[in-house]
Amino acid sequence: MTWSQIAAQPWMLWRRQVAAILRLELKKSLFSKRAWWIYILTLGPVAITGLHSLVSSRSSNIHHTMGEDNMIFAGIFQVYFLRLGIFFGCLGIFSNLFRAEMLEHTLHYYFMSPVRREVLAVSKYLAGLIAAIVYFVGSVVLSFLFMSAHWGPVFQQYLFHGPGLHQLGWYALTAALACVGYGSVFLLTGVLYRNPMIPAAVVFVWENLNPFLPSLLKKFSVIFYLKSLCPVGEIPTDGPLAFLATMTEPPPAWLAIPGLLVVSALILVYAAAKARKLEVSYSD
Amino acid sequence: MTSSQDASPQPPAPSPRERSSPAPCIVFDNVSRFYGEVLGVNRVNLSIGPGITSLVGPNGSGKTTLMNLMTGLIRPSRGAISVLGIPPTRPEELFRKMGYCTQFDAFPKGLTGYQFIYSFLLVHGMIESEAAKLTEEALQRVSMTEAADRPVAAYSKGMRQRIKLAQAIAHRPTVLVLDEPLNGLDPMARNETIALFKQWGEEGRHVIVSSHILHEVDRISDQVILLSHGYVVAEGPIQGVRSEVKDQPMQILVRCDKPGLLASRLFEQDHVVEAKVNEDGKGLLVRTRDADNLYLLLNRIVLDNGLEVEAVAPADDDVNSVYQYLIGAEGGTT
Repeated sequence: MTWSQIAAQPWMLWRRQVAAILRLELKKSLFSKRAWWIYILTLGPVAITGLHSLVSSRSSNIHHTMGEDNMIFAGIFQVYFLRLGIFFGCLGIFSNLFRAEMLEHTLHYYFMSPVRREVLAVSKYLAGLIAAIVYFVGSVVLSFLFMSAHWGPVFQQYLFHGPGLHQLGWYALTAALACVGYGSVFLLTGVLYRNPMIPAAVVFVWENLNPFLPSLLKKFSVIFYLKSLCPVGEIPTDGPLAFLATMTEPPPAWLAIPGLLVVSALILVYAAAKARKLEVSYSD
Repeated sequence: MTSSQDASPQPPAPSPRERSSPAPCIVFDNVSRFYGEVLGVNRVNLSIGPGITSLVGPNGSGKTTLMNLMTGLIRPSRGAISVLGIPPTRPEELFRKMGYCTQFDAFPKGLTGYQFIYSFLLVHGMIESEAAKLTEEALQRVSMTEAADRPVAAYSKGMRQRIKLAQAIAHRPTVLVLDEPLNGLDPMARNETIALFKQWGEEGRHVIVSSHILHEVDRISDQVILLSHGYVVAEGPIQGVRSEVKDQPMQILVRCDKPGLLASRLFEQDHVVEAKVNEDGKGLLVRTRDADNLYLLLNRIVLDNGLEVEAVAPADDDVNSVYQYLIGAEGGTT
């Protein structure tokens, strides 16, 4: 089949183009020197939980329970992963999909290819999403396993014959959805703004103001829906992290998941439309 | 660009039907582009036909802006552009027919020369075997086959220029836009590249070249577009542009055996403003405000006085002269 025959079948053409762009972009998203700090965000909790497991396994008398470990991991997930790690990781990955190429003066090679800009935007988003999911879902899974690994057979029992695997699945799904949601937001800021840091700071403040917002405004936040998907209860309302606790009735999963996907899709459509009007003006 | 060039596969020329029908054009209709308050180009009206068209002008005159506009990398602030009937706002159609070799000396990281061309042919949507064939063909045309497996980051400036050129031509476009394509090339590569441009022009393709090396532009151009401060100062075949520059007398060189006699006869005419005998005593450089009349007069003088004339040729209908007359020394162009 020749190029002109492929070009006559739009879906086949777009599929091939997405695959070709993914091949180029994944290499950059996964193995970029620019992403060193994302590796730190990813490996940090893995290293800490791994260390915890190592120290606990060598200790003769452990002063905490596996339930406490689970609660601590729930705290790490909500406070670190959702509010910091995935947020800033997605900022680094997605806002650079277009912006980094502007800085490196290489975006024009894509713009000089017979590719719809919408296809380019979606392809870049998918590449970023795959990279973000590999990083952060991987990090969540490893951290979860390392957190309680020192409990040995008890943990295995909890994982395979108790609620462990189910919890792990929900943590992974929530992390993936966070990548979907924040990814679309930061792809858009990368397309719209020369310096995406300012809008990112606004989003960050908004997301972290969530506990203090009136219940109606809380609903206009990604974190609100993500927190409702977390498998292990709420952050205690009387501890040091009480200010992060949700005071509003969270939406059920059946509403939170499609809601987040729909909002992300809308943002992605808007970003793709904006990408169509993007100009290459490196010197500006 | 090597001696094996003739044996290399050639991009298909436009079909006889395409060539016999009215030539499709690149059209600028009252196009202006501003960068904030800074003028890029203003009120440009152009119709560029097939063949080699050179954009000439000093730095900042709007050459690259014009090229970026016709390739859709930037949008006009006002006016409309179409390339073979396709607006640059539709890159998915435009770049099936167009290739653009930009001035940007940057490449995606971590790719070899081969991967660079091949990867972007796959982005076109081509199947792997077709992309591989076209990649090899393009590499061969710019004599980069041997260096194809080395990282682009390790290339010299000239090699980077050639690999960019290969990437621009790999999909066999009918419109080629080349921004300073001869930069960084050694003399041999320049000659080979110019031969390639000529061949494409003769095949009926649109080849739009910007260059500040005027004698090279002169060698290859079917027509020129002179730009200054964002305005099109003149356009068309170079001789036509020269004849339109009425305020500068034409210079005509006459190689003959009695230049002194010829000079004295020519000075009897009002339109002859200067006649200068060559240092070797075998020729006369005449400046006239009426070239047609001068040619008629020359015939008469030659017959009346039995002069032996070796050659008569215009001395300033080249790009360099026209550039100097219309734009002057402001550009500092060579």
